[in-house]
Amino acid sequence: MSTIVLVSVIVMGSLGLLLGLVIGFFAKIFKVETDSRVDLVAELLPGANCGGCGKAGCADFAKSVVSGENPPGKCPVSSAEQINAIAMALGIDAGGGFKKRAVVRCGGDIHQVARKINYNGVLDCASASLIAGGPKGCRYGCIGMGSCAAVCPFGAIELVNNLALVHPEICVGCGKCVSACPRGVIQLVPIESTVHVYCNSPEKGPEKRKNCKVSCLGCRKCEKTAPEKFKVEGFLAHVQYDAPVLPTEEDVEAVKCPTGALLTAARHKEIETNDPEFSVNE
Amino acid sequence: MNKSSRSVMTFKNGIHPVYHGKELSESAETRVAPLLARYTVPLAQNAGKPPEVVVNPGDHVKKYQLIAKASGFVSANLHSPVSGTVKGLVDVPGPMGVPAKALEIVPDGLNEEMEPLPAIDWRTAEPKALLDRIAECGLVGMGGASFPTHVKLSPPPEKEIDTLILNGAECEPYLTADHRLMLEDPESVLAGAAVMGRILGIGDRVFIGVEMNKIDAIHRLNEKAEAYGVNIIPLKVQYPQGSEKQLINAITGREVPAGGLPMDAKCVVQNTGTAAAVADAVLRGRPLVERIVTVTGSVVKNPGNWKLLIGTPVIEAIKLAGGVTEEPGKLILGGPMMGFAQKSFEVPVSKNTSGILLLAQDQAVNYVSGNCIRCGRCVQGCPMHLMPCAIAAAVESYRFDLAKKHHVMDCLECGACAYVCPAKRPLVQHNRRAKAEIRRLTAKK
Repeated sequence: MSTIVLVSVIVMGSLGLLLGLVIGFFAKIFKVETDSRVDLVAELLPGANCGGCGKAGCADFAKSVVSGENPPGKCPVSSAEQINAIAMALGIDAGGGFKKRAVVRCGGDIHQVARKINYNGVLDCASASLIAGGPKGCRYGCIGMGSCAAVCPFGAIELVNNLALVHPEICVGCGKCVSACPRGVIQLVPIESTVHVYCNSPEKGPEKRKNCKVSCLGCRKCEKTAPEKFKVEGFLAHVQYDAPVLPTEEDVEAVKCPTGALLTAARHKEIETNDPEFSVNE
Repeated sequence: MNKSSRSVMTFKNGIHPVYHGKELSESAETRVAPLLARYTVPLAQNAGKPPEVVVNPGDHVKKYQLIAKASGFVSANLHSPVSGTVKGLVDVPGPMGVPAKALEIVPDGLNEEMEPLPAIDWRTAEPKALLDRIAECGLVGMGGASFPTHVKLSPPPEKEIDTLILNGAECEPYLTADHRLMLEDPESVLAGAAVMGRILGIGDRVFIGVEMNKIDAIHRLNEKAEAYGVNIIPLKVQYPQGSEKQLINAITGREVPAGGLPMDAKCVVQNTGTAAAVADAVLRGRPLVERIVTVTGSVVKNPGNWKLLIGTPVIEAIKLAGGVTEEPGKLILGGPMMGFAQKSFEVPVSKNTSGILLLAQDQAVNYVSGNCIRCGRCVQGCPMHLMPCAIAAAVESYRFDLAKKHHVMDCLECGACAYVCPAKRPLVQHNRRAKAEIRRLTAKK
């Protein structure tokens, strides 16, 4: 009995020792040289793997930072301190100005926009947009079925009254929603901007007006008030996000947009979340 | 040839809609519509490039006068349906839910007509001359796809064509426009078929497939068929018998290969309405400006069939039928299976509008769709032998590559799967989504 135990212990022990030596030997021969800085940067990155930087994930982005392809500031998720920490660790420039956040350029919630068809299909924006131009009267605005909210890795998009609403404090600007939206309503804007035109329809003013109470009519009032901050192309006003000075709440007050398409993000959120019956025309 | 046990030709799979709704309008004789105050003639009435406008606002046009010229080979001429004044280009609601450009014409009531083009003796004429006449008269497929007829009739030289099939199946419930046409004007249909047979150089393999629920039309066609060398084939009442791939299979027993066209099975398929228009163009020298439209539905006061001019707003057609008895639930252009629901009553009738269908409110039910119970009825119903349940599952998880592997691109969008699904799943919509997505992805590459 005891010999069986002894033999098996010796055999197993020596086998283990032998195989361990073989593994150790080959590990030395086939050693893969890794840059320890890549692991360091990857550890400092948030690890959300959102793809907002344009790379396949955080590890891939870490590689590109170490190789100098991208500055650390290109990560849309990390805070300024985290980016500085990466820059300090590598001894390079942090790079900046990439911080963006998403904004849904549509104010056509269930109370503002006419519903032209009784839609009873798949609850997915891309599928709905294929049927008779979508369930809402406007063919350019938010469809409101939440395809963007479904893809947001951070849960920053909420559906309120059939309208997608980006929570700016959660949004990191990874841009996943931009490609998920079949209408192209969502735009990435500089994080400092607070004023947006909540309309995306290039149609003529009266046409838009038939469908939606809060559409931009292209009246050029904003452009006349602050030509360096707003520009009307066709029948749709745009905030000049690359202008040296971004518009503020004072500009919104000075313009007095007749339909209320030009709003501060805070006011827009207030309207959509707190006061569902609100309409600027009433 | 495929023969069922009752020795009536048909294809495999497919469905049998419970309610056909044809009794509403099938015995109503085709009537001519009175002149309206204005017509909006849509420009893009053909598959391919829309034609270019050749008249200016304020111009006076005669009936049958060319108002827009084909801009390329896959395009079709457009002619004025009335004599009157061109008001200009306007936006009208298009049949697909997006606005379309249309020429507004206000009739002057004088009914001045262009001189008809010289009649052609088709039995001796060159095929090229016949083809040119068809192109000149702006003919498109009147069954729904509105593909220019002259393009369909000029297959590439390397493709051998030995069969011409005319689709008189009219398998969509409610529609009776083709039925009335075959009953009232069988000679035009037969002559059109024979003309197209001559263009394609086909001897005796010209068929007209008619579903068995139109026995009277089959008899009427058979009376004259021999003189034109056309064969009338009775078909089983089964949906979608009138789809070209299914029709080819039912009549010739051939299969159109996946992703292929009828010409890959040596066939050309045309609609009976198109055949009558061919006869009009060749024998009477008249371009296509009007068509038979079924105006029907349980809420329509006097359902029937009307010869409507192209550009007639749908609302006017409904007024012709006596208006509605109650608030309708849904307006559909075409049949209930494949037609398109409309947002507006101002949609104009175009060359491919076969029916105007108003459903009652209790017919336009908002189904609650459930989960797939894997019963396989959609697989049994699919005339293309696809697995709609598997495709839908792939689409719901955004696996468009998987949907492509399940041959979603061969889907006809006939709606048989969604019709039989006990869970009321929106299978056709999933397929359409997948097709759009796959097309977009391949276009990107």
